[in-house]
Amino acid sequence: MPASPPPKIQETLGKPQLQLAVYTNTGRLVEARRNAVRAEAFPDYQELRDHANAVKRHTIENLDYYLEQFEQNVTRRGGHVVFAETGEQVSHFILDLAKKRGSRLIVKSKSMASEEIHLNHHLEEHGLESVETDLGEYILQLNHETPYHIVAPAMHMTRYDVAEIFERELQEKETDPEQQARIARRVLREKFLRADIGISGGNFLVADSGAVLIVENEGNARLSTSVPRIHIAIVGIEKLIPRAQDLAVFLKLLGRSATGQALTSYTSLLNGPRRPGEVDGPEEFYVILLDNGRTRVLESEEKRQALYCIRCGACLNICPVFRKIGGHSYPWVYSGPIGAILTPQIHGVERDPWLPYASSLCGACHEVCPVKIDIPKVLLDLRQDVAQSPSGGGSQALGYRLFARLMSSPMLYRLVDRLRILARPVMGGGWVKSLPAFLNRGPLQGWLAYRDLPGLAPKSFRQQWRARQGGSR
Amino acid sequence: MSAQARDTILGRIRTNLKKGPGLTGPPPAVRIAPPRVAPEAYVASFKERLEALAGRVHHVAQPEEALAIVQGIIGDKSTVASNAPILARCGITRLGNVQSGFTDAASLKEASAQAEYGITSADFALAETGTLVMLSSHEEARMASLVPVRHIAVVETARLLSGLDELLGRLERPNDQTASMVLITGPSRSADIEQILVRGVHGPGEVTVIFVGP
Repeated sequence: MPASPPPKIQETLGKPQLQLAVYTNTGRLVEARRNAVRAEAFPDYQELRDHANAVKRHTIENLDYYLEQFEQNVTRRGGHVVFAETGEQVSHFILDLAKKRGSRLIVKSKSMASEEIHLNHHLEEHGLESVETDLGEYILQLNHETPYHIVAPAMHMTRYDVAEIFERELQEKETDPEQQARIARRVLREKFLRADIGISGGNFLVADSGAVLIVENEGNARLSTSVPRIHIAIVGIEKLIPRAQDLAVFLKLLGRSATGQALTSYTSLLNGPRRPGEVDGPEEFYVILLDNGRTRVLESEEKRQALYCIRCGACLNICPVFRKIGGHSYPWVYSGPIGAILTPQIHGVERDPWLPYASSLCGACHEVCPVKIDIPKVLLDLRQDVAQSPSGGGSQALGYRLFARLMSSPMLYRLVDRLRILARPVMGGGWVKSLPAFLNRGPLQGWLAYRDLPGLAPKSFRQQWRARQGGSR
Repeated sequence: MSAQARDTILGRIRTNLKKGPGLTGPPPAVRIAPPRVAPEAYVASFKERLEALAGRVHHVAQPEEALAIVQGIIGDKSTVASNAPILARCGITRLGNVQSGFTDAASLKEASAQAEYGITSADFALAETGTLVMLSSHEEARMASLVPVRHIAVVETARLLSGLDELLGRLERPNDQTASMVLITGPSRSADIEQILVRGVHGPGEVTVIFVGP
């Protein structure tokens, strides 16, 4: 077991209230999804998953082609496409535009791509006010936190946490969620009406239309993209789909997998600035296509399927590991199973070598994935990468070599089977949670830090087999 | 900066995918499902779906009946209306407390921000999900259905389609005719605090749809 996972994991495991919040909230989402995809409600669910997987595979295998087509179709309607390799290029572009237009206030709807690159931080460093407007994101921004979950960003908080934050930051005492939402609406409404620039993310980029598709429930994305004079969408390059008609498949899968909704309250398909004769809508329209390591993920034919992800969060909700260690224990903004296969490919396996191991490989993530990403398979491939990396897995490889040797040699196995008598007093039956100090070192220590071993049985299989053979003769 | 980044990104993609420009093969055929609701059940299905989301649905034969319902709802509250012809035909735009005929964003923004009600029509309505389809145009501004506290849509019954599949079957590329297509399915909602449902967090907290015509 290579390197050490972050202390945040132990911290999370030690907080019963947090454990309860995460377990309950993910549980509700699991239930909502299960209801929405059951055969009576959604008869062609499994075929649509296969279809979505095929469309995403085709798109990722031809990503350059569809990016160019998307760009052409945005430009044709008077919008602008900006390619950005890094977060710095994104903030540089926005700062420059804000300066040219004399803008100071930016309203933002949810964009995980902007979380990746700490956009708010960079904008605020340069004197701009950039306000998150999704209710959950707004609470997090007030408390200087990152999203806990890609769909339910403030999942780890209770209304009392929110009350504390509002009292501290807004001088409002209120513990009722409905009233808390009213307060946020009032504060943010004033920002919407004054802002010059609205920044959004995008759930899909539609190549044949040059359009950004955004799903949401609150209406803050509609406000961010309709009221200010300038709309900037920041979207990862992998979010492409070829045709608007493909939305007939993807929208059905996304809403149901994320929150159990057939369609979210609002679905916006936006292409270019307002057209002649229109009363409102942005006068300028920009789409920033962010790489930020995504092109690296394309290197491996087997593992690039991580880019098919449509960010529904279903794999987080169902994952026994995520439900215990929570969203903030992961090293990057993408947590849960999808984070465990995306992060190592983007940052390189050596940065967080423990991450591909943070899974029981139970396969639930693969089962619920609306685009059928084989997450367990990719995790195994990544473990192999860790083992083969210069710093990774030396002791683990040695351990497995010894184990292989032992298991393939009857003579050695017999010898060890006899030695178990010596081990019995150490193990003492039941579950082995730790070893005596003299054994608890090196690879054994690492292995047992996060695992309990079953104790030795009183009689080995070989002994029992011998007795059985003897008895039946 | 962007041009250079563009070439770098496209180049890296082609290198890592081991391909040149162009497609490696055709995309999978488009998958548009057949309608799930029969035309005679459109209104009933729409009503059931939207009411499940706490929306309200009325169905009337005559424009005057629609006007009466609208008057009953808005009373003397401040209201903005879009430039959809059906609103004028129903007499809604002639009501004293209804502002309409907006041609510029600034005045529409100001009026909508003060308004209790926003009244619009819709280009289509989807029976399978209780959805209004709004294509932005000189008739339908985006803010009228979004900024006021509550939203009322007056829609010709003939605009009902079965669902998303039929819509996308008809409009192969919706953006050929509009810069913004918005699907509205129920009121604005949030469950960000303890997953407790709150309506009207940013968009309208109430949605009423009045179908006019047989």
